[in-house]
Amino acid sequence: MATISTHPDCVPVVSYRFGKGATAIDKYLELDGYKSARKALELGPDGIIGEMKASNLRGRGGAGFPTGLKWSFVPKQAPRPKYVLVNGDESEPGTCKDRLIFEHDPHSVIEGVIIAGLAIQAKMGFIYLRGEYRYLLKIMEKAVEDAYAKGFLGKNIFGSGIDFDIVTQTGAGAYEVGEESALMESLEGKRGVPRIRPPFPAVVGLYGGPTIINNAETIATVPHIFRIGGAEYAKLGTERNGGTRLFCLSGHLQRPGVYELPMGYNLKRMIYEVGGGIRDGKKLKAVVPGGSSTPVLLPEEIDIGMDFDQVGKAGSMLGSGGVVVLDETVCIVEFALRTMKFYQHESCGWCIPCREGTDWLKKSLTRLHAGGAVDKDIDNIRYLAENMLGRTFCPLGDAAAMPTLGFVKKFRKEFEDHLEGRGCPYHKAREEETALV
Amino acid sequence: MADVTFTVDGKKLTAPAGTLLIEACRTHGIEIPAFCYYPGLSLQAACRMCVVRIEKVPKLQTACTTPVAENMVVTTESPEIAQARKATIELLLGNHPLDCPVCDAGGECELQDMTFKYGAHESKFVEIKQHREEQQWSPVVFFDRPRCILCYRCVRVCGEGMDVWALGIQNRGAGAVIAPNKQDHLECEECGMCIDICPVGALTSGTYRYKTRPWEMNHVGTICTHCGDGCRTTLGVRRGDDGMDIVRGDNRDKSGINGDFLCIKGRYAFDFANREDRLTKPLIRQADGKLAPVNWDQAIEFAGKKLREIRDARGGGAIGVIGSNRTTNEEAYLLQKFARTVLGTNNIDHHRTADYPAFAAALNHSIEPGAGSSGTPALAGKAEASLRDFASAKAILMLGNDPTEQHPGLAWQIRTNVRLNNARLYVANHELIKLRRQATSFLQIREGDYPALIAYLGGDDSALDGNGEAAKLREAIRGEESLLVAFGSEFRGGDVSALVRFGSLLPTVKFACLADYVNSRGAADMGLYPDLLPGYVPVGAAAHFAEEYGSALPAQPGFDLVQMFDAAERGALGALYVVGSNPIARYGVDPAALSNTFLIVQDMFLTETAQLADVVLPAANLYEKAGTVTNAFGDLQMVKKAADKAGVRTDFELIVRLAGALGADPKKLVPFGRRGVQADFGQARGAQSGEVDRHGVWLAAHHLEPKLSPFDPFAILDEIQRLVPAYNVPHFELLAGDDQHLRPGLVRIEDAGSRRDLVLPSNDTLFSSGTLGRYSQMLSSVMEARKPAETAAD
Repeated sequence: MATISTHPDCVPVVSYRFGKGATAIDKYLELDGYKSARKALELGPDGIIGEMKASNLRGRGGAGFPTGLKWSFVPKQAPRPKYVLVNGDESEPGTCKDRLIFEHDPHSVIEGVIIAGLAIQAKMGFIYLRGEYRYLLKIMEKAVEDAYAKGFLGKNIFGSGIDFDIVTQTGAGAYEVGEESALMESLEGKRGVPRIRPPFPAVVGLYGGPTIINNAETIATVPHIFRIGGAEYAKLGTERNGGTRLFCLSGHLQRPGVYELPMGYNLKRMIYEVGGGIRDGKKLKAVVPGGSSTPVLLPEEIDIGMDFDQVGKAGSMLGSGGVVVLDETVCIVEFALRTMKFYQHESCGWCIPCREGTDWLKKSLTRLHAGGAVDKDIDNIRYLAENMLGRTFCPLGDAAAMPTLGFVKKFRKEFEDHLEGRGCPYHKAREEETALV
Repeated sequence: MADVTFTVDGKKLTAPAGTLLIEACRTHGIEIPAFCYYPGLSLQAACRMCVVRIEKVPKLQTACTTPVAENMVVTTESPEIAQARKATIELLLGNHPLDCPVCDAGGECELQDMTFKYGAHESKFVEIKQHREEQQWSPVVFFDRPRCILCYRCVRVCGEGMDVWALGIQNRGAGAVIAPNKQDHLECEECGMCIDICPVGALTSGTYRYKTRPWEMNHVGTICTHCGDGCRTTLGVRRGDDGMDIVRGDNRDKSGINGDFLCIKGRYAFDFANREDRLTKPLIRQADGKLAPVNWDQAIEFAGKKLREIRDARGGGAIGVIGSNRTTNEEAYLLQKFARTVLGTNNIDHHRTADYPAFAAALNHSIEPGAGSSGTPALAGKAEASLRDFASAKAILMLGNDPTEQHPGLAWQIRTNVRLNNARLYVANHELIKLRRQATSFLQIREGDYPALIAYLGGDDSALDGNGEAAKLREAIRGEESLLVAFGSEFRGGDVSALVRFGSLLPTVKFACLADYVNSRGAADMGLYPDLLPGYVPVGAAAHFAEEYGSALPAQPGFDLVQMFDAAERGALGALYVVGSNPIARYGVDPAALSNTFLIVQDMFLTETAQLADVVLPAANLYEKAGTVTNAFGDLQMVKKAADKAGVRTDFELIVRLAGALGADPKKLVPFGRRGVQADFGQARGAQSGEVDRHGVWLAAHHLEPKLSPFDPFAILDEIQRLVPAYNVPHFELLAGDDQHLRPGLVRIEDAGSRRDLVLPSNDTLFSSGTLGRYSQMLSSVMEARKPAETAAD
């Protein structure tokens, strides 16, 4: 079982019950479980949304949309049933936080869904896990079963007279269904390609009904907001960026891991204090601050607070909270290629710029890395990425284009070093090193 | 919806709120390029070509998904937008094979056009292209994956438009590929809509691929020769060894009554025209009993002489004439005029596939209360639905028939109307026809229960075992403000009257009586009946015809088709003239019945009937002549001469020539240059029919003015219009290729109830088309490939 990492600066809110056996419903109840749902029942829809707005919680999936506001968009009267949908299709490279939630605290997800359901007066929720998380489905299903047994789900939940059901489902292994409308398509049993918006899910979502769809971490945070109070939760973070979040530190660190830190926590401190600095005494080369789709930051750009606004100002994105740290031994071209291989593999193929662009970029980067490119090819890589950006059907195209543009702009010299048959200098260095040993 | 005002490229425009920007712009003549957008199909926003700049919106927006809004300010062309489109094309061309020099679509490819427009001329792509081998999915559909740009038009037209759902998408990302429903092949209706709608050369046609370049063809918009829908088809013709060959049928002209649609027959089944075994020389039976080729003068003279002898010796009553469902109105009309005035007989009939006289009588008798017996028929004419009406009607009642198989164009219009306008479709049938899937209410009844159903709908509860469905259907129909009723050949005689009577109780109702072939309706309207003249005028009431013709007409009804063969069997039929019909096979006539009858057959092929003939005259088909045809719905349309085959003659010409050989005055038969010629377009009308030049010598020899020729179908159309007022529609619209719905006043007939029911439904499927269909290699190959599978996808 993966575990949460700790550091004195950590503030365990979402991870409050991690490592305490809270997958068992009795343990969960012992640790204040399902109290928030009861509280929400008392507050009623408007009260719940008020509390959510007060918390300044912003979506943890990557876009950072204020959660309370999102919920308030759902019309009170609707011709079709309303739904709550948990996006557990955690697939962004560098991100591994939802997995911990499902492993350690599945009931917090269930409780969050119940509260969201109460907020919009839905009768049904769906928890969708990525295909590769099939092994977590067992934990989730057991938790749902236990919640039914206790009367927290099903008919007349908590004796309130309200009915609420939850269904769990896994995907078939597609990054694309992390996009909310593609996830709904997939859940409905169709190809996981995104839908045209508007209409937005809050109005026309799953099976045509008004739907709120939130990231698993967002939903798991909800019960904690009601546990400690929205305003209190907001105070943990910075202005307009309430609370804490699970940061996934990976790469060449002394102590990589998932840490729960306040929003706005300094990135440099995160790397050097929380993560213990770069391993083996090597120098820092670059940081990808929010999952593989976010533009790279240089060492001189990392003295910033990790919230949606500050990282945005620094020219990147907080994204999914996956901080990937690269030391000086990394070939940026290779890293760019690895990133592009991922997006090429995961593009759903629906729209031209993403389908053709990722494939072309992968081919060009492969050739460039192997030394088969000329100067013009670097310009072409940049040209392709620029022309994908903002032109694709869904954000996957942007997710592939943005980091590529960042790499080319900030590490052009490194690209040039590969040209005209020279190939990868890092490979050569590594080979020489190996030869010496 | 209320109109909104918005600005596009500096121009103030208005459109109803909710209109998609791309459509609003097209309406105002501003073309926004798109691959995936297709009017009437679901939105994709996949190709990203239609991106435009909307003020106050950060990113470029797709015009295909953006509804117009009040005060919206839009830019559709700018350097930024041009660059975006250029880049999209460059991305597409990356993996595109660029085999334009051999591609079928070369010259009419949307990707080529866009590339030309946005100048993506530099090949930036230096990587290895993805390649996949070409696949054949069916006898008519080939798929070339590398050319595909994944616009999903084919997937949508097959699913949403055809309700067949035979195409889908496999794999993802750069590996995404269009795939057929049966792994490596299609099982579908073979309509070819996917090919038609493909903006590039990814889907190609089995009949056309690699045959020609588009610019080497003439494109002639005419009417399909197969079923009774009368769809417009555009034939691509190219000079061949012995005339102009048809190499392609498609639907370039989407303004026809079929809209976007063509079925397998309209698209592919023109190939009979190019067959090797087509008759190109007249044949005369020799002393040895064998048919041998002769020249045209010999054949015509011989046939004319024999007919004259028999007429003069035994009277016109000893001669029979059988007309066709596939000749033009002018030819059918001319044939009955020839029979009645030259041969002097009413022994004329055709293969009837619907009871139009009963329909005409029924409409005639549905007179408004108080109009009196001399009143104008209340329902006649105006109560007949055009095929176009089915695309916009709010409610449709479909009784009998299986339009998916027998009237694919009608089925398309109904499906489209249900899908786009939420039209309510009520279906009652003895089979589980596919169209029930679009139906608001479907009622299955026993095959013989159609009259009972009408009685039940009319209020007689005891008529039908009133299960819940029937009651629901009746209630729903009674609630309709207006209704279109289409019925098949299950309804004849008195049943048609009953149906029309029931319908006249509803607030607004229009009817369609479905017949099987392109001019089945025209054959009926033009009087190919032993008892009825053109316009269903009884032969006993022929005074104004006699006046127009300048000669008396036989007053007694003649033999119908069955009686003709009975007469032949007992030796009472001296001669039989069969034009474009195969009664021996269709009616199962014993060939021995004709052993004492002089038989003249005009046809394209040596059919079972032609094999028995004494004279065989090789005839042109509907694609090789000009004139008009009337579809089952009473829509009058012009056919244009597209192809040409050395050695054959049009039926029109042959009738005139035969009349000449019988000693008749051609000028009397075809009143060219006579009083009241409304459509004298001079040289233009000669050119239109394509006949004048070829006949210059013959005309001059007979002291006739070449400009106004007896071979000009429009000369006879003038006469038809004088005698059959329903056909008096404007010429200019017809010439322009527009369909004209017949005017009211078709009907004179008073009583049709006592007539013999000779309707013989052809029971054609999507892949058959009477005798003619047997000569289409493509239809045969499709049927062969489908064995043992079921017919039309269901």
